[in-house]
Amino acid sequence: MFSIIRTMWLTFLHMFHKRDTIQYPEEKAALPARWRGRIVLTRDPDMGERCVGCYLCAAACPVDCISLQATEDEHGRRYPAFFRINFSRCIFCGYCEEACPTYAIQLIPDFEMGEYVRQNLVYEKEDLLINSQGKYPGYNYYKVAGLAIDGKSKGEGDNELEPVDVHSLLP
Amino acid sequence: MVLFIDNKPHEVPAGKNLLEACLTLGKDIPYFCWHPAMGSVGACRQCAVKVYKDENDQKGRLVMSCMEPVVNNQRISIEDHDAKEFREHVIEWLMTNHPHDCAVCDEGGSCHLQDMTVMSGHNYRNYNYKKRTYTNQYLGPFLNHEMNRCIQCYRCVRFYKDYAGGKDLDVFASKNNVYFGRAEDGILENEFSGNLAEVCPTGVFTDKTLKQHYTRKWDLTMAPSICQHCSVGCNTIAGERYGSLRMIANRYNGDVNGYFLCDRGRYGYEFVNAADRIRKPRIQQRETDREALLSNLSGLLNKPGVIGIGSPRASLQSNFVLKTLVGEHNFYHGVSDSEHDLAELAVKILREGTVRTPSTKEVEEADAVFILGEDITNTAPILALAVRQSVRQQPAALAEKANIPLWNDAAVKGVVQDKKGPLFIATLTTTKLDELATATYRATPECIARLGFAVAHALDNAAPAVADLSENLLVLAEQIAQALRTAKKPVIISGAGCESDAVMKAAANVAHALQKENKNTGLVYTMLECNSIGLAMMGGHRLHAAFNAVVNGHADTVIVLENDLYRHGRKSDVDAFLKACRNIIVLDHSMHATTQQAHVVIPAGTFAESDGILVNNEGRAQRFFQVYESKDMVRESWRWLLDIGTEAGNTRLSTWKNFEDITHAIATSEPLLQGIDQVTPPSQFRVAGQRIPRAPHRYSGRTSMQANINVSEPKPPEDPDSPLSYTMEGYRGMPPSSMIPFFWSPGWNSVQSVNKYQQEIGGALKGGDPGIRLLEPATTGTIKYFEGIPEAFKALEDHLLIMPMHHIFGSEELSARSPSVAQRIPKPYILLSMDDAVSMSLLENYILRFYIGRYEYSLPVKVSNAIPNGVAAVPYGLPEIPYTELPEWATTRAPKYLHTLTPTYTPKHQNT
Repeated sequence: MFSIIRTMWLTFLHMFHKRDTIQYPEEKAALPARWRGRIVLTRDPDMGERCVGCYLCAAACPVDCISLQATEDEHGRRYPAFFRINFSRCIFCGYCEEACPTYAIQLIPDFEMGEYVRQNLVYEKEDLLINSQGKYPGYNYYKVAGLAIDGKSKGEGDNELEPVDVHSLLP
Repeated sequence: MVLFIDNKPHEVPAGKNLLEACLTLGKDIPYFCWHPAMGSVGACRQCAVKVYKDENDQKGRLVMSCMEPVVNNQRISIEDHDAKEFREHVIEWLMTNHPHDCAVCDEGGSCHLQDMTVMSGHNYRNYNYKKRTYTNQYLGPFLNHEMNRCIQCYRCVRFYKDYAGGKDLDVFASKNNVYFGRAEDGILENEFSGNLAEVCPTGVFTDKTLKQHYTRKWDLTMAPSICQHCSVGCNTIAGERYGSLRMIANRYNGDVNGYFLCDRGRYGYEFVNAADRIRKPRIQQRETDREALLSNLSGLLNKPGVIGIGSPRASLQSNFVLKTLVGEHNFYHGVSDSEHDLAELAVKILREGTVRTPSTKEVEEADAVFILGEDITNTAPILALAVRQSVRQQPAALAEKANIPLWNDAAVKGVVQDKKGPLFIATLTTTKLDELATATYRATPECIARLGFAVAHALDNAAPAVADLSENLLVLAEQIAQALRTAKKPVIISGAGCESDAVMKAAANVAHALQKENKNTGLVYTMLECNSIGLAMMGGHRLHAAFNAVVNGHADTVIVLENDLYRHGRKSDVDAFLKACRNIIVLDHSMHATTQQAHVVIPAGTFAESDGILVNNEGRAQRFFQVYESKDMVRESWRWLLDIGTEAGNTRLSTWKNFEDITHAIATSEPLLQGIDQVTPPSQFRVAGQRIPRAPHRYSGRTSMQANINVSEPKPPEDPDSPLSYTMEGYRGMPPSSMIPFFWSPGWNSVQSVNKYQQEIGGALKGGDPGIRLLEPATTGTIKYFEGIPEAFKALEDHLLIMPMHHIFGSEELSARSPSVAQRIPKPYILLSMDDAVSMSLLENYILRFYIGRYEYSLPVKVSNAIPNGVAAVPYGLPEIPYTELPEWATTRAPKYLHTLTPTYTPKHQNT
């Protein structure tokens, strides 16, 4: 008898505690920055596409839900001609982000991707590409890669010497 | 010999170096500069192992395993701590300047440097200084240059200059700055430049055509294929992604192409992706569907008067089904009459004569070569590469005498210097092999044949003698005969390139005369197309007989199989023939002048969309496998013909269901093609109950690549014709040698993984090199020498004898449609001797107007010091120069009635 009254009293006291339940969707949950949610493609500091179409994310993907085609623009920069993620297959494991050598592909704290039609879960590049550097501001792959592109010739990257003068025999 | 590796005894063959011995045993030792075809130079210091004096020696010493011969009871260690540390340090030094760009490097994923770095354990750059950079060069349409990635192993120049005889790639600058490239930007001239992409252990040289539709090796669906661009039949790997063919890579076959391909074979594939491919059936220029097509055709074919024209570039299967469909008597070879006769002559000589035709590998090992009439650099490039190696055979004896093993490349070169073995070349004009020749002879086919007959007579008195031979020629013939007689493995090379049966017969006489003394004599005939020999072995009538049959009203319906008749018959003849045909049915994959005139066009598969067997000039039957299923209505020619035959009520065809049924039927009903059902295992073949996967196990994007069309993945296509699967599922181990879709081994992602597939390094594949030789010489029987020695050539006034000039780029129909190859095709020209040009007051690039029959040609002049007077040469097979059967006399005086010729069809190029 006493225990029943005690239980009811404790339950009554809970009415004055801070609430754990949040009123989703009116109220949004605060997700940690490293939450593995929707996949995006980011841009580098000068707003060029970071993705160079190296296919490593596709190879790392355990469910094979990423496909792309690399191509090269008139400035010598590689980029994906198309980039497709089938989110109906994606398991949000984050391997693609881990594999990405250019910080292009990132998983962001957004999970609100529900669809009534499965076909709508197929995201193309225009759905994935955002106008932001995402989690890694300041990184520019071509600054550290040896490849020359328009606006960055050989020797102009970080940590690079001037190109070798083949005609010189000086020590 | 016993070799103790890490205290375990292994049996190894003598005469090898430690690296080869260890790799043969399946051990992993990293290496860069050593290449199985080019030997060791000990430049990269990567393959260090420890060698111990005896079993009590604990300390040992580090040696470069590629420079150390195997000694009996030798004790070495690969796993020794010092050796491992040494290798790790060496690769760290090599990597100090390697750029951080694997993500944008086309080699990534099939990179020897990546593999070796992982293997040796280096993973962090401790060098805190800046990286060296280089500027790149434009090297032409085939190769991309990215010098930053270079690790200075010297393989490129050793291949390009020493092995392939290139002149325009070299090493510049000094010490830490050495640079591999050309003296200035420009197209790499050598015919084998594409191999640099495979020879280079990293991404300095990469395939430029692959870059235009770049796919990593792990993402390709690959199948074993056979090159379609000349008669040598090199083994290739063809890779597809997203429904288009992406690249051709070398598929090692110790007997045929070894480690290398020519640029025509490597870059000619792009015709498969061309914009003007035929993808849907057409009736009277209107697209139609399968049912309408089949019902239309069964109506046409149920009447009498149907003939079939086969093709030297279609598979045996396609030709055979056509032959069965139209009946043996109505089957015609789709080649010019002279080509038909030459191919039949070659088959006859190689079957009924006693001389064996050697494989390319055996040509490489020949120690004396005599080439009659054929410019093999342009008609059979890989054979030319083999001949280049053959001149090193005789001087190699010097190295052996000095106790230097032949794999010790630099030391052998030091002993041999520029000595060369005997190579005699008799051709119309200069060839690229001339620089290696002991003596050359420039003449018309008649005179070349006379020289050949004279050599045969000098070798054996029973061979017919040549009347009124000039003094110089007698001396030359004697010199050649002497060199051939003293050789251990002489090889005679001739072929259909100069369109002369006399030359081929002369070559046969030389070979047979030699054979009497030396049983190791070889005789090689090169042909013009990939299946010329196969077609000749199948039997069929000449093309002109087909023309006559229709023009005379014996037939009115013609089925043309994968053939542009305008490349094999004179325009007027083909025009008349096609006009006389009531129904022209053409099966082909690419548009050309014949398909343009066809009433019914059926979309046939290229080699990438078909299975088939080709017979190369050695008589080796080799199978190419379908790489991918086309999404359109493109099907193998033989499958279309089976369907058509079944629909038309042909009882024999309706019992055949797949590739195998046809192949069995060929093996049983074609006497010369017996055994071709043994070329590959049957389609029910499984390893551990599984198919062999066409895709590597890392193949990506399966649930996404077609998701834009439908998010539910379709069932992968099943292959009814072969034991290969179209996906990554299947047996992961080593497939039988004839069905290797790609070379891969754990830790070996690059093409170097071929080591793991060989019985011994540089030898045959495990299970034997693929392909079955169908042409073996008769063991008995008396050799009959050919008679009928031609008269010496005499120039005629106001006339020129027009000869065909073969070009590696342009003379072959399909590769010429590839955009990269198209950039290397020469402009039309006519090659004249200096004297003729002077007598006609012509200078270089002047236009010469000449007439063959009633047809007018006008071509810019090229002047040569080498071509004989009274002869001129025009490039073979260029669409701008309409076909006429050559050699042919042309006159420079205009005839009464004139026709002007226009190009028949110019292909459109498209990059994917």
